[in-house]
Amino acid sequence: MNFDIALLLIQDGLTNGAIYALLALAILLVFAVSRVLYVPQGEFVAFGALTLATLQQAKVPGTAYLVAGIGAVAMVVELVAALRERRRQGLASSALLYVVIPTALLGLAVWLAPQKPPLLVQVLLTLALVVPLGPMTYRLAVQPIANASVLVLLFVAVAVHYALMGLGLVFFGAEGWRTPSFVSAQVALGPMTASAQSLLVIAASAILIVALWQFFGRTLWGKALRATAMNRTGARLVGIPTEASGRLAFTLAALFGAFSGVLIAPFTTIYYDSGFLVALKGFVGAVIGGMTSYPLAALGAVLVGLLESFASFYASAFKEVIVFSLLIPVLLWRSLMSRHVEEEHDE
Amino acid sequence: MTPARIAIAVFVALLAAGPLYLPPFYVTLVNYIGLYSLVALGLVLLTGIAGLTSFGQAAFVGVGAYATAVASVSFGLSPWLGLPVGLALTAAVAVILGGLTLRLSGHYLALGTIAWGISLSYVFGNVEGLGGFNGISNIPPLPLFGAAIQTAQDFYYLIWACVLLALAALVNLLNSRPGRAIRALRNAAMAESFGVNTAWLKLVVFVYAALLAGLAGWLHAHYLRFVNPGPFGVGYSIEYLFMVVVGGAAHVWGAIVGAGLITALKTWLQDILPKLFGSSGQFEVIVFGVLIILLLQHAGGGIMARVVRLFPPKRAAAIAPEAAPGLPRRAAPARGEAILEVDKAYKAFGGLVAVNGVSFEVRAGEIMGLIGPNGAGKSTMFNLITGALPLGGGEVRFRGERIDRLAARQIVRRGIARTFQHVQLRPTMTVLENAAIGATLRGRSGVAPATLRLDRAEERAILFEAARHLRRAGLGDHLYEAAGSLALGQQRIVEIARALAADPVLLLLDEPAAGLRYQEKQALAALLRALREEGMSILLVEHDMDFVMGLVDRLVVMDFGERIAGGAPEAVQADPRVIEAYLGAAS
Repeated sequence: MNFDIALLLIQDGLTNGAIYALLALAILLVFAVSRVLYVPQGEFVAFGALTLATLQQAKVPGTAYLVAGIGAVAMVVELVAALRERRRQGLASSALLYVVIPTALLGLAVWLAPQKPPLLVQVLLTLALVVPLGPMTYRLAVQPIANASVLVLLFVAVAVHYALMGLGLVFFGAEGWRTPSFVSAQVALGPMTASAQSLLVIAASAILIVALWQFFGRTLWGKALRATAMNRTGARLVGIPTEASGRLAFTLAALFGAFSGVLIAPFTTIYYDSGFLVALKGFVGAVIGGMTSYPLAALGAVLVGLLESFASFYASAFKEVIVFSLLIPVLLWRSLMSRHVEEEHDE
Repeated sequence: MTPARIAIAVFVALLAAGPLYLPPFYVTLVNYIGLYSLVALGLVLLTGIAGLTSFGQAAFVGVGAYATAVASVSFGLSPWLGLPVGLALTAAVAVILGGLTLRLSGHYLALGTIAWGISLSYVFGNVEGLGGFNGISNIPPLPLFGAAIQTAQDFYYLIWACVLLALAALVNLLNSRPGRAIRALRNAAMAESFGVNTAWLKLVVFVYAALLAGLAGWLHAHYLRFVNPGPFGVGYSIEYLFMVVVGGAAHVWGAIVGAGLITALKTWLQDILPKLFGSSGQFEVIVFGVLIILLLQHAGGGIMARVVRLFPPKRAAAIAPEAAPGLPRRAAPARGEAILEVDKAYKAFGGLVAVNGVSFEVRAGEIMGLIGPNGAGKSTMFNLITGALPLGGGEVRFRGERIDRLAARQIVRRGIARTFQHVQLRPTMTVLENAAIGATLRGRSGVAPATLRLDRAEERAILFEAARHLRRAGLGDHLYEAAGSLALGQQRIVEIARALAADPVLLLLDEPAAGLRYQEKQALAALLRALREEGMSILLVEHDMDFVMGLVDRLVVMDFGERIAGGAPEAVQADPRVIEAYLGAAS
């Protein structure tokens, strides 16, 4: 390997690593707030990429119908729950979230898609279409058993992954898509030339990560999420509703997932079932961060990206084996660090 | 015959006659159900009972299948040799993987197994010697006295013989000394305090489940006579877990019910869904996903939990015998010997000094009370003696030997048994089985003898001993009820009986009278006095002054982490510092 190839691999690794970092942070956020190991994060990546790809062909993406359909189901569930609890409170905002907005989005998509709007509008529409699936997932799958054990929540997460993946097949088909690059220029950076597309991805990820950091530090809702993550009961006692925190965490995770999908779409062909593997690399990053540390998780995800890039050069057939085997030394290290007897209160 | 036995007999009869009335397609289907049931049985033990999740079971099936494929095709070994080779390899992989992750929280095991499951399916697909994505074909059938086990019918009997044997073995295991320890694994601290090495036992359970998967792999390879990476991916691992969740994770028959239902449903959905959607693809995953979500939300426990609720078993699995030879007992110390010496014990949590230089001793054959107002450091002191917390300074000696650096399971081995302030019983196990956990260290039978039912003499002795202590404590009428169905006060008594079953020299009781009614307190006091008469030493941490004062020989009073008084109850009651600590300063 010469210097140029090494630089190229590093550039590749950093680009993928930046995307994995977004996913690692989303997975960490969801786990901290709701204790759900968010396996379906990958589906949001695939939905983001495929929605954008469909819009670029001037067609109405399946997500538009999916959001309207799942929204309707969520509304029915919400109505039944309200009827049983004899309450009216919250129904208006539910109707807005589950019916009005999805219907409006469907209308928008049907109207805009054939006109082939500029790229930025396509990206925004993609995010708008995919993100509502986050809070809907929380409402339908997680909220009814939010207090179950981590293990049961993990089963739910896997089941959601299955359901969303199957729906992805119905609404997007079995064909894979790769979108054209957003920008095609090459930028000279000292001794190397980098593709502007890679720089764009890294910059966009960095901006989103900083935004999340600011959100946690500066806003009331960000602090509420941190409080819920630290102590759920305590947070509820001071008036932070667990449901709202969960919904918000799932919304943010959906945003990060869909955005990752948009970013990754020009680099690799995405199929309806491609998300799982991509998100698992985010998981590896999150585990490196001990499922608690955001900076370590982001760093771990970048490490995963770099390792993957070099592995694909040296032993491309074993790329995935090498990346996932990275978990073994990490787990060994964590295992040696842990001293206490683990107490599981799962009944 | 009980309804359960009749149902099982009918099932086995229908199964045995299967090839006579089933069309070939269904024989194949039932064969697959049998293979999946084997894997699911392992998951019932691992996930439903021990509370550990593995997303790597399909990969273990793959290890078993590929090992025998390579052994018989590439090396020309007998297919029968492929079984031990595959099982050895499976066990080795499971030991490495389990050793890495089992000490961490459960979700690390889940994530670790997902990652390893994916890695392994790529290894299967990319290694030259394993045939790449095309796999290995021409695997020989199983030779048998000049003939061969090779048709679907042949394998039907072999597969289901394996399933029923594995099921019987698992039932035997669960109803035994190691089985009770496995069922206690979710209360790791409790299990450790009765001598269970939980880390080791978790590994044993993980390997046991992996071996069942490896066996399924061996059958798979010689039945289909072809292996490729497809059936060993993470998707199949998830499906195995779904089978267990649907069937009922806490019940051995849940494995077969779940495997049957999911397999039948999948076959049926794969048939009709493509017609509905007008194209082919894995649409059944939507139905499975939604089904599992609804099931977890509305009927946790799966189908077998429902069945057991509808038809509760008439007879408990573990029954105490009328008589049995006694278990070996520990030599008792001479009355009056100082058996527990706490010497300047010190413990701080950050800046908070919870126990500050406290010293006292407990003598053989006496009841010693440790009292003090809330926050005095009593519970911390208790945890220092039992090994639940490491000591910050000073020493704790038991019969002359330092025990403050020992783990809880080593302390109980020396003759100290404890109860818990927050009751730690397994709510679904019977009262008798809970008490029998206490006698874990007094038996020797491991997993293998328990599986083969070679442990029955010892088992009778253990159950008899547990029942003896329960009857003595006044719970003789409740032996076969689920521990979780008792009142809280009774549950505390079960904890005491469990501790007594360990044959301790010293009994440590953490607030045993909390939640008891007046008569129950009287009965408890009478029991403790009778134990003292027999030479038992008791250290009692308690809030209830009336209960303590009439019972104990000596008292130690703690306040703000320090010992403020000690001696006979009357003297302590008159001590002005004690009065001040409890009632505030009389200024």
